[in-house]
Amino acid sequence: MDSIRYILSRIGQSLFALFCIVTITFFIARLTPGGPFLDDKAFPDYIMKQLNAQYGFDKPLPVQYVYYMGRLIQGDMGPSTGNKGFTVNDVIAQSWPVSFILGISGLIIALAIGIPVGVFAAARQNTFIDYSLMGLAMIGICLPTFVIAPLLDEIFAVRLGWFDAAMWEDSSAWILGAVTLGLYYSAYIARLTRGSMLDVLHQDFIRTARSKGISFLKVLFKHAFRGGITPVVAYMGPALAGLIGGSFVVETVFGLPGLGQHFIKAATNRDYWLINGTVIVFASLILAMNFLVDVVQVWLDPRRRKNG
Amino acid sequence: MSCRCGLIPEEGKMGNATVHIDEKTIEKGSSLGRDAWFRLRKNRFAMFSLWFFIGIVALCFILPFFPGIADPNNTHPDLKSLGPFTSADSMEGNRIFYLLGSDHLGRDIFARMLYGGRISLMVGFLATSVSLGIGVIYGALSGFVGGRIDSFLMRIVDILYALPFMIIVIILTTMFGNKLWLLFVCIGAVEWLTMARIVRGLVLSLKNQDFIEAVRSLGLSQWRIIYRHLIPNTLGPVIVYTTLTVPAVMRLEAILSFLGLGVQPPDASWGSLIKEGADRMASDPSLLIFPALIFGLTLFSLNFLGDGLRDALDPQSSRD
Repeated sequence: MDSIRYILSRIGQSLFALFCIVTITFFIARLTPGGPFLDDKAFPDYIMKQLNAQYGFDKPLPVQYVYYMGRLIQGDMGPSTGNKGFTVNDVIAQSWPVSFILGISGLIIALAIGIPVGVFAAARQNTFIDYSLMGLAMIGICLPTFVIAPLLDEIFAVRLGWFDAAMWEDSSAWILGAVTLGLYYSAYIARLTRGSMLDVLHQDFIRTARSKGISFLKVLFKHAFRGGITPVVAYMGPALAGLIGGSFVVETVFGLPGLGQHFIKAATNRDYWLINGTVIVFASLILAMNFLVDVVQVWLDPRRRKNG
Repeated sequence: MSCRCGLIPEEGKMGNATVHIDEKTIEKGSSLGRDAWFRLRKNRFAMFSLWFFIGIVALCFILPFFPGIADPNNTHPDLKSLGPFTSADSMEGNRIFYLLGSDHLGRDIFARMLYGGRISLMVGFLATSVSLGIGVIYGALSGFVGGRIDSFLMRIVDILYALPFMIIVIILTTMFGNKLWLLFVCIGAVEWLTMARIVRGLVLSLKNQDFIEAVRSLGLSQWRIIYRHLIPNTLGPVIVYTTLTVPAVMRLEAILSFLGLGVQPPDASWGSLIKEGADRMASDPSLLIFPALIFGLTLFSLNFLGDGLRDALDPQSSRD
């Protein structure tokens, strides 16, 4: 019963956070100078007026806000001023699978490499293997995505021709993108895992377990692992937020038609509803991830169950 | 020169019975900072990183004022894409030496790297100080006031955490135009959250300790307690996190510049240089390699320095 209440209250919190985020972006976007129709050619005044009226930009801001929220509740994110004839829903429906697959596979790659490396380095603490793995991880952290991405593109797509560069449809270019994204976070996760595994391995109950004669491997995976990956689980939320930022770069380099591309274009073109729409998608992803993380954390760490 | 009882000599001196303790040794207390400095000095990686970073900063900020370093925006259409260590005669008849070669417009890569480094480092420092200021004040206030206000302030932080940083920075920079100072503020304004959390946690645990009780009973004002007694005691973790924020901020700036949203040409930062290099990687890899190398090494040294500082300032955290 307690856990259900906890989950419900977390869902409530997430929804409230989403509402706040939407409101903040709405007003940040609308209160800044510039407009969607000011860009390249200046239209005559009467056309401007008509355009603004057509999209509802002529009404006072609070009215627009209420309208927008009203439509949003019904699932309509409004028209896209930058992509004529498309609604924001269309644009997002088209491009979100690209970003989603990219982000999720990047996260999976990061976990699949990062956790084993971190556990291994912790198990072999202060040995040559430990130092070299952590050195590699440090290099991985310092070589940003935007260096790795063009390099991988050049080596695997252009030189070796294993992948079709700059193609999403019927091609595997996104694998390169996901690898690029994953590598950076795998380095980070490896360091995090190593640190927290060491913390756990130095605790008394581990020594007790070892002194009872349980093998090191069993202690490592049965006793230490669960506590050791809690910080990694907690890091998933920020990691996803970071992955989204990184995916902007990856989409640019590999020419993937994801949400990031649309978002950057929308921000420069003052495509207000598209800005809001992409922010909603990204924020809900992160909030959903944070929610999942909290639930998994409670499940991993029984001490957290009491105070919910 | 008699030994003053009541003061305990430093531990190391105890074993040596013949040591003559003069007053200077006794009075020299071992402050946290001095202790940390000693520990840091023993960490060779961290010290090397520190000197390397100081070297990079000096190079970027001082060297451009020396004669012989080319103007980073000087184009030489006839001296395009030269390799490193070449010198060539320009159209005007001047002999130009390119230490690291020239780019597709005949600009000196070395000069551009120094120049770009200046902007990257400046963004790093200034944005970090913005985030430091906001984070420390916000966190200290929230932790000190406590109660409902604290949970309200922290709820705000939680909500902001769910906002994708990149998105907010992109919105802010595109909306308010590409002014450089705005870049500092924008990046700083989104990077303060973790700092606020750290400081709040520290203050929360500090404020119930006896010495705070003591100064409060002495009648110190709230504000004075915060900035004279609470904030100084949070310095260790704050310094560590600040060192780690600088590379994070520089990365963010570089990503923005890479996407064409940060520093605008002909200005350059390491991020925009890497972008230029990435675009011309196939024809001229040195355009990518040099900026990426110096950028990576700088981040590397800062991260190592941060790790070393963490070990030095908080010995308990490194049990190994």
